[in-house]
Amino acid sequence: MTRQHIETKINGDDCDFLCESSETLLSVIRNQLQLTGTKEGCSTGDCGACSVMLDGRLVCSCLTLAVEAEGKTIDTIEGMSNGEENLHILQKKFLEHAALQCGICTPGFLIAARALLEKNSDPSETEVRYWLAGNLCRCTGYHKIVEAVLDAAKEMRG
Amino acid sequence: MQYQAPKSIDDAISLITSASGNVRLLAGGTDLLVQMQTQATEPDLVVDIKKIEEMKEFKKEDGVYIIGAAVTGMEIIEHEDFGKDWPGIVDGVKLIGSIQIKGRASMGGNLCNASPAADSIPAMIASGASAIIAGPNGRREVLVEDFIKGPGKTSLKSNEILLSIKLPLKKPNSSGSYLRFTPRTEMDIAVVGVGVNITMSNSGICEDAKISIGAVAEKALVVEDAAAALIGNKITEEVIENYISRVRASSRPINDKRGTVDFRIQVIGVIAKRALNMALERII
Repeated sequence: MTRQHIETKINGDDCDFLCESSETLLSVIRNQLQLTGTKEGCSTGDCGACSVMLDGRLVCSCLTLAVEAEGKTIDTIEGMSNGEENLHILQKKFLEHAALQCGICTPGFLIAARALLEKNSDPSETEVRYWLAGNLCRCTGYHKIVEAVLDAAKEMRG
Repeated sequence: MQYQAPKSIDDAISLITSASGNVRLLAGGTDLLVQMQTQATEPDLVVDIKKIEEMKEFKKEDGVYIIGAAVTGMEIIEHEDFGKDWPGIVDGVKLIGSIQIKGRASMGGNLCNASPAADSIPAMIASGASAIIAGPNGRREVLVEDFIKGPGKTSLKSNEILLSIKLPLKKPNSSGSYLRFTPRTEMDIAVVGVGVNITMSNSGICEDAKISIGAVAEKALVVEDAAAALIGNKITEEVIENYISRVRASSRPINDKRGTVDFRIQVIGVIAKRALNMALERII
C-alpha cells in the first residue's frame, strides 16, 4: 500500500506529509510532525485531549483520518502563543488560576476554550461548562478551568 | 486499508458496487473511527463522501429542508433558521456528543449507525423526516421509521448510500421537541428518549401529532396510539395522562447497565409529558 501525500496548512505554515490511509491525524501530528502538544488520551473521542481546529472547527484529531486533512488548515496548541513571552490570554489565565495540575488535558482545554470565545465573547458559566463537556480533566475538578476561561473572556472583552 | 474520496454520487456508488471485502462509508467518522480504533471493524475500503457536493448541501426549497448526509451537527445547530422550524431536531442533534464530536458527526451518520438510543432519530421521526437514498438505479425515499430496521441495521442495500434527510413542509401552529433521560446532562447515552411534533388549532384543539420513542425497543418506534390520544382534543391533564399511559404501553425496553425495564417504562412517561409540554410552549 503506497503512502498518501497530503498537503495542509498547520499553524499558518504550509505543511505536507506522507501517511497511511488508516492513520489518524493525531498520529501524524504527534509522531511525524513532532507537534506533541496535542495529547492522546482515550483515542475514542471521549476525553478531548487531542482537540485541534480543522478548517476552523473544533474536532478530535483521534477521530479524524490524516488523509481527510488534504487541503485543510489545522491549528494546534503550538500555534496558540507567540513565543514563550507572549502567551495567549487563556494560557495566562490558566496559569494564574492554577487551572492545571498534570497538564495532559490542558492543550485540549485551551484549544476548546479559544474556539468558544471566538464564537461567544461573553459566555455564562453554564455555557462554558457545556462547551467544555467534551474535555476531561482528572486533576482539577474543572472549577479552576471554568474560572480561568470566564476571567479570560472578561479580559478579552476589555 | 484503501481510502477513496469520490466527487460524485455515481462514482461513490460504482466504487462500493465494484469493491470487495469490508467497505465502509465515512462522513464524520465519529462512529467508524472508534470502531476502527477498537478493531471492531477493519475496513478494506473507506469511501469518504464529504467531497460529494450534495452530501454537504443544507438547503430550503419551497419550504422544504434538505440536509445532506454529511452535514455536521454543528452546522445544523448553528443554522440561522432551521431551528425555528424544527427545534425538536436541533434538540436531538445538540445531544449527540461533545462540541468536538458534533464538529464532525453528521445526522446522516447518526441515522445510518442506527443505534436504538440515537438522539436525532426519534426527533426526525416525529418531524416526519424521510431518508433520500441513492443507488445504481436512481433514488428512493423512505420515512426514517422505515429506514431503521433494528440495532445497527438499516434498509440500505450494499450498493446504496444515504444522500440526504428531507423534512416535510412545516405546518402552521406546529412545533416539536426531543427530550431524553440520562444520569449526566452531557456526554451520555439516552436511557429513554421522546420526540414530539404537534399541531394545534387556534381554538386549542390538537389537530395533528406524531410521537416517537427511543432507547425502549430495538429501534425508535412511532407511537400512533399516543398521538391518537392527543388528536382532536384539548390538551387537558386527563388527555395527557392517557397519552402517557399509551407511551408506556408501547415501550418494550431491556434491562441493561443504563436502566432496568421497570425504570425505563416509568421514566419514559415523565419524559413524554415534559417533551409534549416543551413542544406546546414552542408553538407561537
